Amino acid sequence: MSFLEIKNLSKKIGNNEVLKNINIELEKGGFLVLVGPSGCGKSTLLNAVAGLMPLTSGEIIVDGQVINDLHPSKRDIAMVFQSYALYPNMTVEENIGFALEMRGVEKAERAEAIRNVAKVLQIEHLLDRRPSQLSGGQRQRVAMGRALVRQPRVFLFDEPLSNLDAKLRVEMRAEIKSLHHNTDATIIYVTHDQIEAMTLATKIVVLKEGAIQQVGTPAEIYNRPANLFVADFMGSPAMNMLKGKIVSTSGVRQISIFDGSAVVAIPSSVTTDLVEGREVILGLRPEGITDSGLVDPTADAIARIDADVVLVEPTGSDTFVTARLQGTTFTARVRADVTIAPKERFTFVFNLDKAVVFDPTSGERLL
Amino acid sequence: MSAPSDTVSAGSARTTRLVIYTLLLVLAAIYLLPLYVMLTTSFKSLAEIRGGDMLALPRDPSLDSWFKAWGEACIGVTCEGIKGYFWNSIKMVVPAVLISTVLGALNGYVLTKWRFPGHKLVFGLMLFACFIPFQAVLIPMARVLGIFGMANTTSGLVFVHVVYGLGFTTLFFRNYYEAFPDELIKAAMMDGAGFFKIFWRILLPSSGPIIVVTVIYQFTNIWNDFLFGVSFSSGAESPMTVALNNLVSSSTGVKEYNVDMAAAVFAALPTLFVYIVAGRYFVRGLMAGAVKG
Amino acid sequence: MTTIEPVPYVTEQRSRRSYKDRLGTLLPKIVLAPSFAITLVFVYGFILWTVYLSFTRSRILPIYELVGFDAYYNLWSQPSWYMAIKNLAIFGVLYISFCIVIGLTIAILMDQRIRAEGVLRPIFLYPMALSFVVTGTAWKWFLNPGLGLEKTMHNLGWESFKFDWLINTDMAIYTIVIAGVWQASGFIMAMFLAGLRGIDGEIIKAAQIDGAPTFAIYRRIIIPMLRPVFLSAIIVLAHMAIKSYDLVIALTGGGPGNATELPSTFMYSYTFTRSQMAVGSASAVMMLMGITAIIVPYLYSELREKRS
Repeated sequence: MSFLEIKNLSKKIGNNEVLKNINIELEKGGFLVLVGPSGCGKSTLLNAVAGLMPLTSGEIIVDGQVINDLHPSKRDIAMVFQSYALYPNMTVEENIGFALEMRGVEKAERAEAIRNVAKVLQIEHLLDRRPSQLSGGQRQRVAMGRALVRQPRVFLFDEPLSNLDAKLRVEMRAEIKSLHHNTDATIIYVTHDQIEAMTLATKIVVLKEGAIQQVGTPAEIYNRPANLFVADFMGSPAMNMLKGKIVSTSGVRQISIFDGSAVVAIPSSVTTDLVEGREVILGLRPEGITDSGLVDPTADAIARIDADVVLVEPTGSDTFVTARLQGTTFTARVRADVTIAPKERFTFVFNLDKAVVFDPTSGERLL
Repeated sequence: MSAPSDTVSAGSARTTRLVIYTLLLVLAAIYLLPLYVMLTTSFKSLAEIRGGDMLALPRDPSLDSWFKAWGEACIGVTCEGIKGYFWNSIKMVVPAVLISTVLGALNGYVLTKWRFPGHKLVFGLMLFACFIPFQAVLIPMARVLGIFGMANTTSGLVFVHVVYGLGFTTLFFRNYYEAFPDELIKAAMMDGAGFFKIFWRILLPSSGPIIVVTVIYQFTNIWNDFLFGVSFSSGAESPMTVALNNLVSSSTGVKEYNVDMAAAVFAALPTLFVYIVAGRYFVRGLMAGAVKG
Repeated sequence: MTTIEPVPYVTEQRSRRSYKDRLGTLLPKIVLAPSFAITLVFVYGFILWTVYLSFTRSRILPIYELVGFDAYYNLWSQPSWYMAIKNLAIFGVLYISFCIVIGLTIAILMDQRIRAEGVLRPIFLYPMALSFVVTGTAWKWFLNPGLGLEKTMHNLGWESFKFDWLINTDMAIYTIVIAGVWQASGFIMAMFLAGLRGIDGEIIKAAQIDGAPTFAIYRRIIIPMLRPVFLSAIIVLAHMAIKSYDLVIALTGGGPGNATELPSTFMYSYTFTRSQMAVGSASAVMMLMGITAIIVPYLYSELREKRS
C-alpha cells in the first residue's frame, strides 16, 4: 500500500479549475518530483498537501490517515519554501527550533535536536546568526534544517533551488539527493527545472494546466514520453519532432520523413498497426542523431541521412549541431572532436531504436 | 535619479551652482522666518516689540513671557496659563495614539494575512473614512458624546481620535504587511503557530519602522487637532490648540504678543521635537497618508 | 510561479473540525470586527444621520421631521455660503498651484546633488509638523499691519510700504493662501523629490547621450514622468483645502466680516453658534460630496493599480 495518496483532487479558484482530478501515489521513502511550466498548478498542489490552501474536492491520505481537514501544523508535514521563509527576527537556532517550541518541546531536548540537525547540515557555526547575515546557500541549509528537525512524515520542497546561482544549485541538488538517501525521507518536490527532476526523482509527475500528463520514473518520462508536451518539456535541447508519413516499399511499412527525402524504419517500440498514408510525428532526441563515429553498435535500426549544417554549438563535452533538410531543421549531438562547420553537407546517423512516434492530432505517443 | 550633470564649461557650471545655492538659501531663510520671528518675539518685552523691529534679535532676552504663558496667562475666565491645557493634550494624545496604533496593527494583519471574502470592501470603507470632512460627522458625534456623558471629557476626545484615526493606522499597517512575505506566515502555520503567536513572534518583531511611522503620524495629527477639540470640549477641558486659539484671539485687555508667541511655541514644541528626532519617519508617514506608499 | 491567493486559512474545509479549529477560523474576523463596526457606525452611520438632519428644520436641537430640501434652498440663498464657495475656489486654486510650483521648483533645485541637502530638507518640511493654529498664530503676528512686516519695511526705509491684507476685506483670503502654502509646500517638495529619485538614472543618461540640454531633459522627460506625483499632490492638496478650518480660525477667524469664510467655517458657525443645524448639515453634506468626487475615483484607481 502506498504511503502517500492523492485521490481525485480538484481545486477551483473562481471558475478557473487550477487542479483537475489529480491522482498520485507515492511509496514510503519515495522522492516525487512535480514538474511543469509555470502556472501548471504544481505549487498549488504542494500547498494543498501542506494544508495551506483548501481543496474543492478529493482526498489526501498519508499513512492511511485522511489529512484533508487537519490544520497544516497537525499534518506532520514540513515544507521548504522557495524564499526559504526564514523568520528575519530570529537567530538560526531559534528558526530551527521554532516548530519544536510551538509543540511545547522542552528547551534541553530542543537544543539537542537543533544540534543534531545542524551537524548533519554543517551549519553548527551559524546557529547564532540571523538570516540576513547568511549567504544564499546557508539560508537554504537552515530552511532544510527547519524541516528536518521536526522529523515529519513527509517533506515538501517548493522550488528550493531556484534562488541560488548555477554552481550552488548543482551542489545543493547533490546534497538533497544524498540527504534523501541517508534519511529515507518521503519527499514531494516542486520544480520547473527538468534536470532537477531527472536527477532527484524516483517518480516524476508532469503537470500541464492543472492536469497530469504523465507519471513515471525519470527513465520512463525521458525515453517514453506519453505525449508531445512531455516529450518537448523534458530534455534540453528539446526532442526533435519530425513530420512523417507511413509509406510502403516492397511490402515493408516505413516512415518517410523530410518531405519524402528520407525513409526510415518504424521504431520497434511501436506495435500499433500503422496503415499506409497515415501521418505521424517521429520524435528523436538529439543524442539519437549523431555522427557516424558515435553510432551505437548494438542498434537495430539506423539510417544515414545527409543534411545541411546550419549552426554548430560546441559545449565542450559534445557538440550540438542544427541542420536542415527540405525546410525542416533538427538538432543532433555529435562528438566534440568532429570537424564540422556551417554550410557544409554532413552525414547524420539516425538511431531509430531511440525514436518514438506520436499521433499528430491527439499528440499522444503511439504504442 | 541623479541630477543630469551639465556638460557645459566649468565656468558657467560654477555660476549655475552658485545660483542654485543662493536660491535655496534664500528660500530656506523665508521658510525659517516665521519660526524665527515667533521665537525672538517670545523673548522680547512688550515695549521692545512695540518700539522695535520684528526681525531684530531681542535686546534683552528674557523668559518672562514663557513663564507667563505657561502659568499665568488668562484664557477665558481663568488666569492659570496654558499648562493645564498642555497636560490635557498629553492625556488625550497618549492613550489615543496607543489604542489606534494597536488596533491598526491588528487590522492590517488581518487584512493582509487572513483575508476573507470581502476584505477589499472592508478596507475600502475604512480607507475612505480617512478622507471624509469631519464636518459630516460633527453633529451626530456631539449628540452621542452628550448622551454617553462623554461630552467635554478627555476620554470623549480620546474616543473620537481613535475612531477617526483607525483608517490611517490600518492603512499604514496594511501597506506594510502587504509587502511582508506570505511564505513566512505559511511557514509559521506549519510550525504550529496560531493567529496571535504569528503576529506576536513573527510580524511584530519586524514592524519597528511602521510602528514608529504610525505613532508619529498619529501623535502629530492628534496633538495638532483643533476641530474636534473645539467642537467637543470647552473651558478647562480643552486641548492645547484650542487654548492657544482662545488666548491669541481674546480681545480683552492688552495684547501681549510675546506671551502669545511663547504659548504658540509651547504648542509647537512636542511635534517639532518629534520631527527633529525622527523626521525621516515623519515624512514617511505623510507620504503613506497620501496613499501612494 | 506564485499564485497570489487568499492566504492560509481553513474556511472552506468541511466537517470534522474541532471547536478550537473553528475558533481559529473566526478569530481574524473577531479581531477586525470592532474596528469595522466602529467605522460603520461612527463614519457611515453618522454621515447618514447628518444627511437626514439636512432634510429637517433642525435649529439648536435636532428635529426629526423631514421637510425636504428646505435646508438646501436656505443654504444656497445665503450670501455667506456663496462667499465661502468663492473663497474656497480662490484659496483652492492658488493654494494648489503655488504649492506645486514652489514644491517642484525646490525639489528640482534640491536634486542637483546639493551638499547641504540633509540640512535644507528639514527646513522646508518643518512647517508641516506644526499645528495650523500655531501657523495661524505665527503668521497673524508676522503679517500684523501695525507691528509686523509693514513696520519692518518702514524701519528699513521703505516708508510707503503698506501691507494690510489681514484687515483688508478684499485681500484677507490671500493671507490664508500664503500661510497655507508656507505650511504645505515643503511636503509637496518631499513628494516631488521622492518622485525624482525614483526615476531611472539610465533614462537621463540616455537623454544626455542623445544630446538633450538639462532644461530640455526636465521639460521633456523628467516632468512628464512625474505625472503620478502631480496627481497625488493635487488630490492631497485639494483634500486639505476643503478641510481647512483651523488655519482660517487662527489667522483671520473668518473675517474681516465674512471675507475669509470657507465652507468649513460656515458649517461650524451655522451649526454651533447660529443654531441653524439643518443648514449646517446641508453644508456638511455639500463638503462631503465635494471630497467624495475627488477622493473616490482616486482611491479606486490606486487600489486597482496595486491589484494588477
